[in-house]
Amino acid sequence: MGRLVFFSQEALRALKRNGAPSLAAIVTTVVTVVLLGMLIPIFQTTRAKSEEVRGELNIQTSIHADATKGEIAELRDQLQALSHVASVEYISKPQALEELRETLGAEESEELTSALNHNPLPASFRITPDDAANLAGIRAAIEVDQGGGKYFSPIVSDIFDRQQAAAEIEEVTGALRVVLTVITALLVLASVMLVGNTIRLSIYTRRREVEVMRLVGATRWFIRWPFMIEGVIVGFVGAALAILVLWIGKVTIVDPLGDTFPFLAAQNSSTLGFPAMVAILFSASILVSTIGSGVTLRRFLKV
Amino acid sequence: MAIRKKKNRDGEEPRRPRGRRAPIIELDGVTKVYPGGHMALDRVSLGIGRGEFVFLVGPTGCGKSTLIKMLIRELDATEGAVKIAGRDIGALPEKRIPQLRRNIGTVFQDFKLLPNRTVYDNVAYALQVIGASRAEIREQVPATLRLVGLSTKLHSYPDELSGGEQQRVSVARAFVNHPPLLLADEPSGNLDPVTSIGIMQLLYRINKTGTTVLVVTHDREMVDNMRRRVIELYEGRVVRDEVSGGYTEESTSEFGLRMRAEMGVGPEGERHTNGHADHEGLE
Repeated sequence: MGRLVFFSQEALRALKRNGAPSLAAIVTTVVTVVLLGMLIPIFQTTRAKSEEVRGELNIQTSIHADATKGEIAELRDQLQALSHVASVEYISKPQALEELRETLGAEESEELTSALNHNPLPASFRITPDDAANLAGIRAAIEVDQGGGKYFSPIVSDIFDRQQAAAEIEEVTGALRVVLTVITALLVLASVMLVGNTIRLSIYTRRREVEVMRLVGATRWFIRWPFMIEGVIVGFVGAALAILVLWIGKVTIVDPLGDTFPFLAAQNSSTLGFPAMVAILFSASILVSTIGSGVTLRRFLKV
Repeated sequence: MAIRKKKNRDGEEPRRPRGRRAPIIELDGVTKVYPGGHMALDRVSLGIGRGEFVFLVGPTGCGKSTLIKMLIRELDATEGAVKIAGRDIGALPEKRIPQLRRNIGTVFQDFKLLPNRTVYDNVAYALQVIGASRAEIREQVPATLRLVGLSTKLHSYPDELSGGEQQRVSVARAFVNHPPLLLADEPSGNLDPVTSIGIMQLLYRINKTGTTVLVVTHDREMVDNMRRRVIELYEGRVVRDEVSGGYTEESTSEFGLRMRAEMGVGPEGERHTNGHADHEGLE
């Protein structure tokens, strides 16, 4: 206990003496942790979204608006006759609108429909395969040109499966993830180096103390601890400030947005809770600063 | 290390030159060659018994500082064995080195005080970093500062003290945990003659508590006055080892010859003929 007090006093004394570099290290840590704090939810929501989409395994064929009832019934039979088709479900125009309402939320779809003042959605067939692996085969069977156009039946206007949508989402978010990961990795590196630099300066300003400690027989770790604690303090303060920034951002920006856009709110619920995030960010930050000071001590503090 | 325990038993007879047990310092054919190829010490063998007060003299570059650094295992011997209390410290594992240093007090020419701490804190620091309890610190620090005559300056900072006072703080720091061996590397190198005598008296007083004291010095007058054992190094070799010498001793060393020529030492400088000097006169 007495030792911990001694180490902490020494560390704080050193931080005070090296104000500017300590501040630089803290600011970099703040930026890194803030970015990490934004990156984690983004990763989670994008992954959750594309997995959710991929999970709904079916093919939808929309139907031209001028198709007759007879033609639609014929198409249904044709579809059911395809191999590996488990079920075929007809979705009429009003049903399609209803489904959209459910995904968007009442308010949003009200705005949309009232702006358009008619139902823009086509009727369609939803085809569920007996197995996810056969999705591509069914799609190929429908996409056979029999003279009338792109598809095996002239009334089919379009075909899409959610797999494709998932792939598109992934493509877009993948690029975003790569960019963010690279930036974060660079910032983590910068944090490690700046914490290291702070510790190195601290070793330099405290070289007298280190010399005296060695002469009177302080153990290696006794000499090192104050420097390690100094690094950890930088990490801790940086993380605390970053979490404050993130919390303010969450309360003032993300939460109100979530109220107006159910899409965002839905994603929020699929991410980690805020306390878990705080714990992760604190440990990450302290880990980074510990690595920074540890590496520097190993290189520059010869005891 | 067990030196401390042994010291207490030794305390009854502080200046026995060669005890039944191993001498506190023993060098056996010690050679030190620096990476550049410079030979700082050349097959040096010597022994210093418990409770002795020994001067180590010689010109700059003769290997005095190398020898001191080897005693605290700051440097390793290239060849030969350095033994402290009978133990070869070259074979000491790395993590036992702090333990060795706790048993050896060190005083340097440049004091090595911490400028942003008070006299009290400077001395207390030596105990703090070896994990002493608060009670120990509260008891030992004022007592040691009283011993060195600084009990009125506890709360002064080093830059508010004179050179002599600063060196006293440094001696207090070296002695605060009562090590059985005290090494002083040019303790009076930065001080005027009167102040130097004060420091030497202090080291002598510490020696009388049973601590072995090894003083590296250039101070001719001091060596003359104290009439203690003198070991002289010249170009890495022991050229003189006399139990009660003076710096102006007739000797075959080139250094001695040069010094006499330089200082124009006359017959009055040959006081060494008194044999065992009245060192008590210093008290």
